[in-house]
Amino acid sequence: MDILTALLQGLPGFGGMSDQGLFITGAAVMATLMFTVMALCAIVFTWMERKVAGFIQSRYGPMRTGRWHGWAQAVADMLKILGKEDIIPAEADKGLFVFAPLVVLLGSLLAWVAVPWAPGFVAADLDLGLFFIFAASSMVVIGILMAGWASNNKWALYGAARGAAQMVSYEIPLALATIPVIMHVGSLNTQDIVIAQQGGIWHWFILRDPFLFVAFWMYFIASIAETNRGPFDMPETESELVAGYHTEYTGMRFAFFFLAEYANLFLVSLIAVFVFLGGWWSPIPGLDFAPALTFVIKGILMVFLNMWVRWTLPRVRVDQLMYLCWKVMIPVTLLCIVGSGILMITSGAVG
Amino acid sequence: MSQQLVERLQREFGDRILAATGMHGDESVTVSRQDLPLVLAHLRDQEGCEQLSDIVGVDHPERAARFEVVYLLRSYSKRHRIQVSVDAPEDEPVPTACGLYRSANWHEREVYDLFGIPFSGHPDLRRILCHHQFEGHALRKDYPIEQGQECTRPENLFSDEDIAHAARRANEMSSSPGAVVDELHPSDLLTINLGPSHPATHGALRAECLLDGETILDARTEIGYIHRCFEKEAEDHTWAQVMPYTDRLNYCSAMLNNSIYAMAVEKMFGVEATPRAQAIRVIVSELSRIIDHLVCVCTNLVDLGALTNYWYLYNVRESIYQSLEKLCGSRLTTNYARIGGMSHDLYDGFEDEIRVKLQELEQGVTDVTKLVARNRIFLDRTVGVGAISTADALNWGYTGPCLRATGLAWDLRKEAPYSGYDQYEFDIPTGTNGDTQDRIMVRMAEMVQSRRIIEQVLQKIPGGPVDLDDPRMVLPPKAQVYGSIEGVMNQFKLIFEGIQVPAGRGYGFGEGANGELGFYCISDGTGHPYRMKVRPPCFPIFSSFTSLVQGRMLPDAIATLGSLNIIAGELDR
Amino acid sequence: MFERFIPVLLVLGVAGAFSGVFLAISFLLGPRRPDALKDSTYECGIPARGSIQIRFFVRFFLVALFFLLFDLEAVFLYPWVVLYKGLLASGAGGFALTEMGVFLLVLLTGFLYVWKKGGLEWQ
Repeated sequence: MDILTALLQGLPGFGGMSDQGLFITGAAVMATLMFTVMALCAIVFTWMERKVAGFIQSRYGPMRTGRWHGWAQAVADMLKILGKEDIIPAEADKGLFVFAPLVVLLGSLLAWVAVPWAPGFVAADLDLGLFFIFAASSMVVIGILMAGWASNNKWALYGAARGAAQMVSYEIPLALATIPVIMHVGSLNTQDIVIAQQGGIWHWFILRDPFLFVAFWMYFIASIAETNRGPFDMPETESELVAGYHTEYTGMRFAFFFLAEYANLFLVSLIAVFVFLGGWWSPIPGLDFAPALTFVIKGILMVFLNMWVRWTLPRVRVDQLMYLCWKVMIPVTLLCIVGSGILMITSGAVG
Repeated sequence: MSQQLVERLQREFGDRILAATGMHGDESVTVSRQDLPLVLAHLRDQEGCEQLSDIVGVDHPERAARFEVVYLLRSYSKRHRIQVSVDAPEDEPVPTACGLYRSANWHEREVYDLFGIPFSGHPDLRRILCHHQFEGHALRKDYPIEQGQECTRPENLFSDEDIAHAARRANEMSSSPGAVVDELHPSDLLTINLGPSHPATHGALRAECLLDGETILDARTEIGYIHRCFEKEAEDHTWAQVMPYTDRLNYCSAMLNNSIYAMAVEKMFGVEATPRAQAIRVIVSELSRIIDHLVCVCTNLVDLGALTNYWYLYNVRESIYQSLEKLCGSRLTTNYARIGGMSHDLYDGFEDEIRVKLQELEQGVTDVTKLVARNRIFLDRTVGVGAISTADALNWGYTGPCLRATGLAWDLRKEAPYSGYDQYEFDIPTGTNGDTQDRIMVRMAEMVQSRRIIEQVLQKIPGGPVDLDDPRMVLPPKAQVYGSIEGVMNQFKLIFEGIQVPAGRGYGFGEGANGELGFYCISDGTGHPYRMKVRPPCFPIFSSFTSLVQGRMLPDAIATLGSLNIIAGELDR
Repeated sequence: MFERFIPVLLVLGVAGAFSGVFLAISFLLGPRRPDALKDSTYECGIPARGSIQIRFFVRFFLVALFFLLFDLEAVFLYPWVVLYKGLLASGAGGFALTEMGVFLLVLLTGFLYVWKKGGLEWQ
């Protein structure tokens, strides 16, 4: 934000602007940028998902559209979806049905505001940063419930009910797993969290102490569940619930769910990066040439890991999913908090 | 062995055994309708006939007792089989066998549906293959085959009373004091249709589930969506013309259907195919079995959410299909076997090609085994899911991999060897619990055994002619047709009048990919089958679906359905 | 204080606007040929029966309740966690940890009670 304001100040025509004007202009630019990045990442990640799935499944994935490895396939799909009919079932609750995809999309987008891309480069430098991210992304649950309920379709209802149960449950280990990190940082501000990890790979929180290491994996599992992806794709479960909560959706509205899924996927990966994996810092101290690029590359690697898991494991059953969350992950994350707190005292390490 | 059984029956029941025949090794006794339950109970309890394989209805419009109902029984412990037939005048009920054999339920419904023979005491005598709006009985000889009927209205499988009853029963079962669950009202239950158009049904079939949350309180199935009355079609065609229709039964393993059908008709003649034809049949049958198992295992794993395994195995399937296409010109509808031989010989280089592909298969099976065999999620999803005991499985009419998964090492290729299966060494893989995991693993192991068999056949495949030298069923060589009057006449008669199968009846069967595939043929010597009854292995298996999923969760039902390998083509015929 | 949230509102506005534009484009480009069959609810090819607005499976409500409890707990943890490092530096780390330990213990007791009662069982 500060960098952007400074940049704008240097531009002709912006020099005479008041600080407030600059701030708002900067924020507007940032917001547009954010939306573009999100739309772009959805497109890039759908392509990447197909290629990764293809690679894992010993096939090629898209190869034709755009010549080079079918790079334009996702773009073509988006264009095609623009021209699709928007069907609203006669039995549906129209108002809720129409707004549900927007709620899901905005919910996942809103959280992006607090992502620290590079030193000083964050759309909203909030003191509550991490907290805000979790709060905003939980809006997605409401959207999914709305979609399932409004469709007036039994499969959609099941998808939505499962989705809601799953996402609210996994939000707890997700949030609890980050608490040991915050203990070490002493702040919820996302910039502060990254700054606290300066000094090479050994200062990244994942390797600070054994409890943090466990907490990272707890976070990773919970984040897969939070994004509704395999092996935890309960709300969709293609082979069980047809298409889950978005069974009745078509065209652009369906695409919004799709966009949101990938936006969310990248978001949770980026959170993993800036909370546990050193954010924009490179693994070797002193080699921090392109912080934003480092950050994004780490994010993409996390996305890859997520895809790898999705294409390797079978799907769990809904009761097993709940078992894992309530009886394994919540106790373990609580243990991590206590353990990490004790370690901090005994080692006398402050910072 | 079966002959002694008939003698024992005659000693036991005396005059009440009205007749006993033994044609082509199929022992059959005739009893009166009143004695039927008694005889069946005796056979089940004293003679070890654990399984009612099939019930065949036959229409004889010229007879006083118009219908005949034949019960096909098999003993697994004493390794014999017997047919019991009763006469049934029109509109006079036959006592049901449902109390003795659970498989009788659907078989009797089928006979009722297609012949209109009522069964007294049957708990649920409704149509099964034809639509509930359908009028008439298609397999009666006087049913006009040109008559089309439009049946469009879907049926609710659960009535409101059924739902209320299920709610009451659920309340009774969960009435433990202090439980968190409160009383269920009928309006709390949701009926949901799994199929006919659902990603997990792999074919048009329907299961209406009555759900309390995620738990299936009850499920009812409806089949017949792609019923085309194969058996009626067969009666309207010559014996040779039936061959392509058998492709469409189990479209995943058409070669097996072809071979077993050809074998059944050859049995009516009392002949066997040439050694080379038999060897070719074994090869293509085993390839078909591999393909069928691949389809089942892959789609089952996809239903469980493990999509990647699908590709590891489907590439192999594709590769085998390429060879089959090269061999007979088509992938699914192969139409390769002929009565008395094969359509043509193998092409040059077939053997080497298949060897390479079997190598790929082994690789694929190994990869997938590594991915799933010890995977915690896979085991949690499949162990104990849809489990059935051996005794229940036999009573329900299970055969094939689903039966072997319960731990019974029974394979018709070993028990009643045909096509020279006794010359090859192979094992019968079995499971222990009869659950979804066992069914998947048994199929995986069977693919490896099939490979073993094919390798042995390829090693010592006999030379010589493919077709029998028998003018009754095999077309003469072209040189003869053009060069001699006998040749022309022979060709002419076989083409125009069809193969004249001698009058009589016979039950030809073999180990299909899903279990015992049998053709019960009756010939009146006119050149058309008088009656052709198929015993599709998945029909009785699917009838047990409800009992497998009751009280379990929706995802379990899907895992179970996939592992039973229900092929709508042979289920509905 | 609150001006930091201005970007949040802006993002909301921009995203809403973009979504609106996309919907408008698809509205203009896409065909609209509704018919009774197309607009009917999908239930695998069989006309849907009954209402979906039923008393739904009680498990889901229990999960919602537990979520509320534990999420509130997490909310209580956050301020403590933020201050923990400071307290540690000022030598009150042991006290802070004990304090939170007591809080977690109370929570854990409830958690174990629910567990024992079978509230976490799905079926």
